[in-house]
Amino acid sequence: MFSWDLLANAVVAGLLIGGFYAAVSLGVGLIFGLLDIANIAQPAFVILGSYAAYVLNNSYGLDPILTGLLLTPVFYLLGAAVYRVYYTSFERRGEESLRGLVFFFGILFIIEVSLSIIFGVDYRLIQTWYGSRSIEFAGVGVAFRYLVPFVVGVAMTLALHLFLGRTFYGRAIMAVSQDRLALRLMGANPVQIKTIAFGVGIAAASLAGALLISIAPVIPSTDRDYIGRMFAITVLGGMGSIGGTLVAGIVLGIAESLMATFFGPSWSLAVSFGILLLALAVRPAGLFGR
Amino acid sequence: MKTGRTLLVALAVIVAGILLAKLRVNPYFYFAGYVILQYIVIATAWNILGGYAGYVNFGTPAFFAMGAYTAVFLIRSVHAPLPVLIVAGGLVAALLGLGIGYLTLRLRGTFFSIATLALAVVLQTAIINWEYVGGSRGLSVIRPSGPPFGNYVVFLFTVMGGLAVVSVLVARFIERSWIGRGLAALRDNEEAAECMGVPTLKLKLFATTVSGFFLGVAGAPFPYYVTFVEPNSAFALDYAVNALAMPMIGGTTSWVGPVIGAVLLGTASQLATVTISSEMNLFIVGVVLVAFVVLAPEGILGLVRKLRGR
Amino acid sequence: MAGPLLEVEGLVKRFGGFTALNRVSLSVKAGERFGLIGPNGSGKTTLINCVSGALPVDSGSIRFEGREITALPPHQRTRLGIVRSFQIPKPFTSMTVRENLGIPLEYAAAGRAGGEGSADADEILESIGLHAKAHLRPAGLTQIEMRKLELARAMAARPKLLISDEAMAGLSSTEVDDILAILFRLSTQGITIIMIEHIMRAVMRFSERIVVLDAGERIAEGTPDEVVRNPAVEKAYLGE
Repeated sequence: MFSWDLLANAVVAGLLIGGFYAAVSLGVGLIFGLLDIANIAQPAFVILGSYAAYVLNNSYGLDPILTGLLLTPVFYLLGAAVYRVYYTSFERRGEESLRGLVFFFGILFIIEVSLSIIFGVDYRLIQTWYGSRSIEFAGVGVAFRYLVPFVVGVAMTLALHLFLGRTFYGRAIMAVSQDRLALRLMGANPVQIKTIAFGVGIAAASLAGALLISIAPVIPSTDRDYIGRMFAITVLGGMGSIGGTLVAGIVLGIAESLMATFFGPSWSLAVSFGILLLALAVRPAGLFGR
Repeated sequence: MKTGRTLLVALAVIVAGILLAKLRVNPYFYFAGYVILQYIVIATAWNILGGYAGYVNFGTPAFFAMGAYTAVFLIRSVHAPLPVLIVAGGLVAALLGLGIGYLTLRLRGTFFSIATLALAVVLQTAIINWEYVGGSRGLSVIRPSGPPFGNYVVFLFTVMGGLAVVSVLVARFIERSWIGRGLAALRDNEEAAECMGVPTLKLKLFATTVSGFFLGVAGAPFPYYVTFVEPNSAFALDYAVNALAMPMIGGTTSWVGPVIGAVLLGTASQLATVTISSEMNLFIVGVVLVAFVVLAPEGILGLVRKLRGR
Repeated sequence: MAGPLLEVEGLVKRFGGFTALNRVSLSVKAGERFGLIGPNGSGKTTLINCVSGALPVDSGSIRFEGREITALPPHQRTRLGIVRSFQIPKPFTSMTVRENLGIPLEYAAAGRAGGEGSADADEILESIGLHAKAHLRPAGLTQIEMRKLELARAMAARPKLLISDEAMAGLSSTEVDDILAILFRLSTQGITIIMIEHIMRAVMRFSERIVVLDAGERIAEGTPDEVVRNPAVEKAYLGE
């Protein structure tokens, strides 16, 4: 049951959702890709952002993107705090691998279960003012519900790219990921820089989560759907490359969309898992990585 | 404990299990006891890879459910007897472990862990789409008639007790063998171990396969225990967090740790679930896990060692 | 034995755009005391990592006892008799000193004729001066004791070729002599030794032949006297 129309629609939908996936993965790209900290709790922070946006939308009618941006400082501080605990308990003692992973899993778990207790297992969604509109573009229908997150996602990628390339702290973060000595020469403290980076990564989750709940319904266990996606995108895009994350996100988005269109929607998670395994097997450094 | 004495203790445990079964105490005892014994198997299995080799498996539900659903498939298709279900469930889960291991163990341990985390979600999706074993609606399973001890749950209780003994004996055997020493070396420093002649990849694959096997074995009797199998309960998050928390709390370097952790945490969880709520119980387990990994990473065994050694 | 013990030919190793080893060749004779020197970043440790198998090569070949080993994983090379110690000691932290030696004895040396006799862990520890601490964990060792443990572990693997990677860095003068004495003793037992060091007096005294690397290329080779007088070597170390 093939038609060019169907294909075009699938590709465009995939492109748009891919931009969103990239936004969701920026935190992992920063924390795991650059800092080499396996923060598997990132999806939980995204969902936390979704629920925060939901609460503020429910109580005050605030637009999710606005909420996401407003809560960025809160999430930043949360991320900084989490990193400090991680550093004091594990990194400083050189015992990152096993215990650090379990620590982050514990955080993931606690966040998910807490949300379950507070909000129950009903699906939550935010209806935005633009959510029901769409425009026609070259014969393909483009829904605003997907277009807006795509645009925001691209903007976030650009912003992070500029931050890393042009600002002092951004360049310090890049230096930490490559060479501690260079960092010391820059006069910066590695622990402080990593704290900032971690904070930025979690802050990104706030906005990503707000976008997520405006696209699709969310329950506490939705975070697990994104683990595979986030890490697949980060590995595929090249662990240190923010631009690569965007490209990889779009690749994954299109792959999932094609799979869903021609084989049914329930297999989309298998796509990210497959891409993750493939990327790890073939090119652990990713498309653009070091 | 010497091997001879250990085998005697194992025998004593099995005999005690059978006696308890014959005594027919409060039925709830067998339901709860089954769960705790099941967790002894799960925690011990997890620890073979996690504690001995240092590779963390976050996807325990995937392996457990593979055991359970292999059993469902065999029950529905050929009415296979329980021993066959157990062995088959173990083998399928072992293959899963080997497969995931083969694909990711050449890379850093972190990637293995991330892959296991994603695996559980994907496998659950696959099962949900498989109508023959019930899909998302689930499947009812009828227990065979005429079980030993007259009651099927009591029977499963003794079976799981036997499986617990077997898994612990296997773990202990591995721990004390040249394999266990090699695993410890690669856990401490994989690069150095490889350069000292330890075939790290082969040992890691071995540990993943054996660990997977026993996780599957723990899941195989599940359909008969619950009589209604559906993906949400087979893939429950409880298995993921408990498989981690029990060895971490008990202590990961020896077979004793997972047993202590399973008994303590399992009992506490049963109590919490009944008195508070199952979700609150999970929350508490999560907090305890994080507390232990931050404050007492060597678990109870480590604390005891410190108190004694000092 | 005819032919060299170790033969490295045209080894190339790149990390992304950076060429760490550019067609490096060398050969080491059986029983030789061989020195490998060069400024920081010249590729010495990369070369060792390629020879031991820790890193795959981009091109070139490595032959041991005439046999091509370029495709073998590290643990198999160790079993053939190529043993390296690490610049920064990597002990097995959860085991005692004696158990640390147990691993190479069990995995690397087992099944191979000892050659120098059936030295077990205690003998090795005695010969190296660590016997008093055999029951301790590595955490309870001093800096030089850790270095000795590295060497002891390498010895327990019954090497035919021992690669000592900067075993003396940061040690005091007496400690350097201590380690040097151990290496000399191993050499008299017939073990071929490649010494990578920055401490010049140690390399000069120990080596029969030296190869000098700079920026991934071999720039000089010869006896210690020849190398010391080589202007290219002086330039590499001191700059123009």
